[in-house]
Amino acid sequence: MSDPDEALAAVDRIYREEYGRVVASLARRFGDLDIAEDAAAEALLVALERWPADGVPPNPGGWLTTTAGNRAIDRIRRESHRDAKHQAALTMYDDTPHEPTGLVEDDRLRLIFTCCHPALAPDARVALTLRLLGGLTVAEIAQAFFVPETTMAQRITRAKRKIKDAHIPFRVPGADDLPARLAAVLAVVYLVFNEGYLSSSADADPVREDLTAEAIRLGRILRRLLPDEPEVAGLLALMLLTEARRTVRVAGGELVVLHEQDRGGWDRALIAEGHELVRECLARNRPGQYQLLAAINAVHTDAPVASATDWAQIAALYDQLYALVPGPVVALNRAVVIAELDGPEVALAEVDRLDLTTYHAWHATRADLLRRLGRSAEARAAYDAAIATTENAAERAYLSRRRGSLAP
Amino acid sequence: MPQYLLSVHHVEGEEMPPPEEMQPVFEAVDRFNQKAMDAGVWVFAGGLMPRETATTVDATGTEPVVTDGPFAESKEWIGGFWIFELPDLDAALTWATEGSRACAGKVEVRPFQSE
Repeated sequence: MSDPDEALAAVDRIYREEYGRVVASLARRFGDLDIAEDAAAEALLVALERWPADGVPPNPGGWLTTTAGNRAIDRIRRESHRDAKHQAALTMYDDTPHEPTGLVEDDRLRLIFTCCHPALAPDARVALTLRLLGGLTVAEIAQAFFVPETTMAQRITRAKRKIKDAHIPFRVPGADDLPARLAAVLAVVYLVFNEGYLSSSADADPVREDLTAEAIRLGRILRRLLPDEPEVAGLLALMLLTEARRTVRVAGGELVVLHEQDRGGWDRALIAEGHELVRECLARNRPGQYQLLAAINAVHTDAPVASATDWAQIAALYDQLYALVPGPVVALNRAVVIAELDGPEVALAEVDRLDLTTYHAWHATRADLLRRLGRSAEARAAYDAAIATTENAAERAYLSRRRGSLAP
Repeated sequence: MPQYLLSVHHVEGEEMPPPEEMQPVFEAVDRFNQKAMDAGVWVFAGGLMPRETATTVDATGTEPVVTDGPFAESKEWIGGFWIFELPDLDAALTWATEGSRACAGKVEVRPFQSE
């Protein structure tokens, strides 16, 4: 490792990959997130100093954890005014009982359940997960969600204080609570992914590769930690099959809808991996919403051309999804499939029954159905409403072009 | 071990149900109280008289000032509470869930300062 820039980049990459593991391990050992984070940051400084000269140690994660642990002990020793000897004795050896985390021994699993605890505000859960598991800096998270850095820092500090003061446990929930608590974790990961896949902000790039990649990385960690939870596999499959289409989803600053995409540009490796996970889910036969959404995407990505799409199968999957999580957004997506099977008129009747007037996709769907029915004036008004309710530049460009191509 | 305040609140405009409807609630709360005592988590609990009975004392100045009425003229006020000693927030939320069902009202969970 002769090139210093290359060496520093390697340290940065390894640090980010190992950050969640280091913080999780220290948080369990010392029972304090601030100590864990500060010690991890100090270990990075040591790594930046030594690794470029001495080379990366054979087990960099273990090295970082040990170094950070020693730094934390030094700090606790320095700061413990009373009972100093007792404190030092307590933290000298890592003899805290390794409570089984359930299926897998990994402190990251405890940490992600703590970060996504229902007693924390939803936006704080996202921020904490990205900070503590993903190793993103506060500045990066603030930038990702277009919040001033001070606001994001306060949000994270406040959440960490609540974890400490209210004694939110550092533990994987028991079997009874696991499905509900896991749902909150998966929701956080999916939210990060969706914000990346269709940014809600006018100032951002239409597609945020950094966020989709981070969500997939978290999804892969969860998949390794909870290999027997089909919804975990389902979410990962859903993200992979969606990500596979990312590069052809925007062309010339304009959104390209699914049936107009260049399917040759889809990432076949991601699709193969996603399909494999969907097959695994089908074999388990414990369907959930992420698995069903993944299956729908698997059917789409199975069709070599849009006209070869098996709409009947997609409709059946949406029916199953609606039975599981009835809601207007699922009904809207099902209506799009109905348009393919029974025609736009039947679909429009479905869409008009839904109370989604603040949702841009409802207006965009109506606009498209009205356009197909040749009802140009109504379609134009619907395009206007859709454009007014989305901030995403690529989507606005697509809708504007469609609006402009309507027959008079 | 941490202690938690589990408090039940009344909301202005929400009338108390007639006594015959309250009876099953009282019984459910009694059972809940007994369960907490048997589990060894019970520290203290009590129901409060209506807020019209409240008196506020302010001795932050030179002379103490006594005023009729509650501290804050809010639309919600505390009606009763439990104090339990529990290992962590998850345990407190589990007890609060059961307490909320028993008393047929929302329960707020707040940790006490430790030490």
